[in-house]
Amino acid sequence: MLLEMHDICKSFPLGDGYIEILKHIDLSVEEGEYLAIMGPSGSGKTTLMNLIGCLDVPTSGSYYFCGQDIAGASDDALADIRNSSIGFVFQNYQLLPTMTALDNVALPLLYADVDRTERRERARAALERMGLGERVEHRPNQLSGGQCQRVAIARAMINKPKLLLADEPTGALDTASGAQIMDLFEELNAAGTTVVLITHDPNVAARAGHTRHILDGRLVEEDAL
Amino acid sequence: MRENLSVAFQGLWNHKLRSVLTMLGIIIGIASIITIVSTIRGTSEQIKANLVGAGTNGVSVRLYQKNNPYDLTWNPPPDGVKPVTEDTRQELSRLDHVESVSLFHSREWCNGIYAGDHGFNGSLLGVDAHYLDTAGYALLYGRGFSEADFAKSKKVCLLDAAAVTALFGGDFPLGCTVEILEQPFTVIGVVNPVSKTEPDISSLSDYYTYYSSGGGTVFVPGSTWPILYRFDEPETVLLTADHTDNMTRVGQEAAQLLTATQITGGDGSFSYRAIDLMEQAEQIQQLSRSTNSQLIWIASISLLVGGIGVMNIMLVTVTERTAEIGLKKALGARKKRILYQFLTEAAVLTSCGGVLGVVSGVVMARLISAVMGTPTAVSMGAALIALAFSTVIGVVFGLIPAVKASNLNPIEALKRD
Ligand SMILES: Nc1ncnc2c1ncn2[C@@H]1O[C@H](COP(=O)(O)OP(=O)(O)O)[C@@H](O)[C@H]1O
Ligand SMILES: [Mg+2]
Repeated sequence: MLLEMHDICKSFPLGDGYIEILKHIDLSVEEGEYLAIMGPSGSGKTTLMNLIGCLDVPTSGSYYFCGQDIAGASDDALADIRNSSIGFVFQNYQLLPTMTALDNVALPLLYADVDRTERRERARAALERMGLGERVEHRPNQLSGGQCQRVAIARAMINKPKLLLADEPTGALDTASGAQIMDLFEELNAAGTTVVLITHDPNVAARAGHTRHILDGRLVEEDAL
Repeated sequence: MRENLSVAFQGLWNHKLRSVLTMLGIIIGIASIITIVSTIRGTSEQIKANLVGAGTNGVSVRLYQKNNPYDLTWNPPPDGVKPVTEDTRQELSRLDHVESVSLFHSREWCNGIYAGDHGFNGSLLGVDAHYLDTAGYALLYGRGFSEADFAKSKKVCLLDAAAVTALFGGDFPLGCTVEILEQPFTVIGVVNPVSKTEPDISSLSDYYTYYSSGGGTVFVPGSTWPILYRFDEPETVLLTADHTDNMTRVGQEAAQLLTATQITGGDGSFSYRAIDLMEQAEQIQQLSRSTNSQLIWIASISLLVGGIGVMNIMLVTVTERTAEIGLKKALGARKKRILYQFLTEAAVLTSCGGVLGVVSGVVMARLISAVMGTPTAVSMGAALIALAFSTVIGVVFGLIPAVKASNLNPIEALKRD
């Protein structure tokens, strides 16, 4: 089992009290799985992804990632897990505008203490694999949305993560670029990477191995919809 | 580290105007400190050079009443103090580290020296045969005092360059007559200090006298002194030590010996004391240092304000770059990495300010020295300390913003936009 969530709740302070966004989530993902999580806007998808991606810790419940207890881990321990085992793809790419594509892709290697020449070599190779060999020295504002997202995927995959975690990766893209991205995900999954994809688009979810639905902070079975 | 540095310089370059404005406080603070320190060093080195002089290592020992030099211009020769004899002079010259000993009488601000219409009020010295060597004078032309001059109390005199200018303008003075206190003296030679054109300054008051009078000295044989003034005036003793470090010691021993042998009676208020030039130099330096150290405090306030400016701009930077910090943390940057990144940026900012400050401080010091004619000495040490200090300011004032950045929550940071 790559990750196991049990009875996870997440609430945020709101006014004088708390608002509970995620309610008693049970979720497990096996290695090599391709899972889509679907739900309407505001249902808690991003909040769940932040928990899965170890960007945040749950309010209650237990979460094990690769057998490691996440609920009680320190900030630096979480940073190390994110760096070595999780690749993120965001809806709005999240590339650093002052850096070239190459430097953006190489960034996670810097935090893994890889030396400079190797960082650049590996980043270049990753970009070439994404079909961006000619764009390594471009900055994000010189690239199209689809190209930016492919740079982001190259960055997500640079440390050979166990889990590729994508939050509405095609949300800002036209259909053609979106389809290209979905092809890439399928390829990466076929090569062994576990993929968890968050979306509200049924066409995107249909490409995944299987789909879980989230509604109002609860995971529900499809037939409950 | 290298990444941090290059990113820091890049950021600095991308926001040139903002960076310079932020650095301004640091630049002004460091520049003022460098200017002040250079000026202090310049003046005190000049003072020291003037006082301790051309390396003659001269120490004068003169008669004191209580804590003040006994002034023979206004006071009679004191009771119970003998004139110094040749025997005593030789005894002094046998002291350790003493190279030569000379006895002389002197009047500063001496009125009543004329050559024709030209008056003169520099110093008048009544010297013995050893004086010119001991005080470090060399004959420029003419001749020095002969044994006969001393023995027969001949009315002859030597002039230094300033006295020649004052009394004869540009004219050749040899053989001419100088009227000293209504007595005619024949000029037999002109002398010049050997290594440096500095007068024989032996006290703080002499120092100021020199700078207000422009100097000038007339020498006469010591044996003629009673013709001009009185019998029984106790001489001042000028000694040279073999090394600058021994000046203080030579002075003290000579003063002890003279006090023991010369003072035979009186009311006990008289003593011989050495005027320690090194100590005098220190005193004058201390004076300029203490006035200037207040200026340094003021400059430090500017550094403090500069530091706060840096802190302020770094806090703004952290807020502006929340998304960047959040992303870096999401990608696995540990807290320390973010902390170091922002500390490096702050330190680079203030260090650049420090470099600019040192450069403008040096330029300013040069300018002041050119305009005011005062000497400056830029010290490498002060520049390095200033640079190190400016870096420390960056680290200290960058700390709060950097801690704030390193504690940012990645999801808070990513949520924006
Ligand atoms: N830090 C927070 N504090 C308070 N409310 C939050 C916070 N983060 C998310 N929410 C709320 O939780 C709900 C779910 O948000 P989110 O997980 O972003 O939904 P989705 O990604 O499915 O659109 C929203 O109503 C949002 O306003
Ligand atoms: Mg969302």
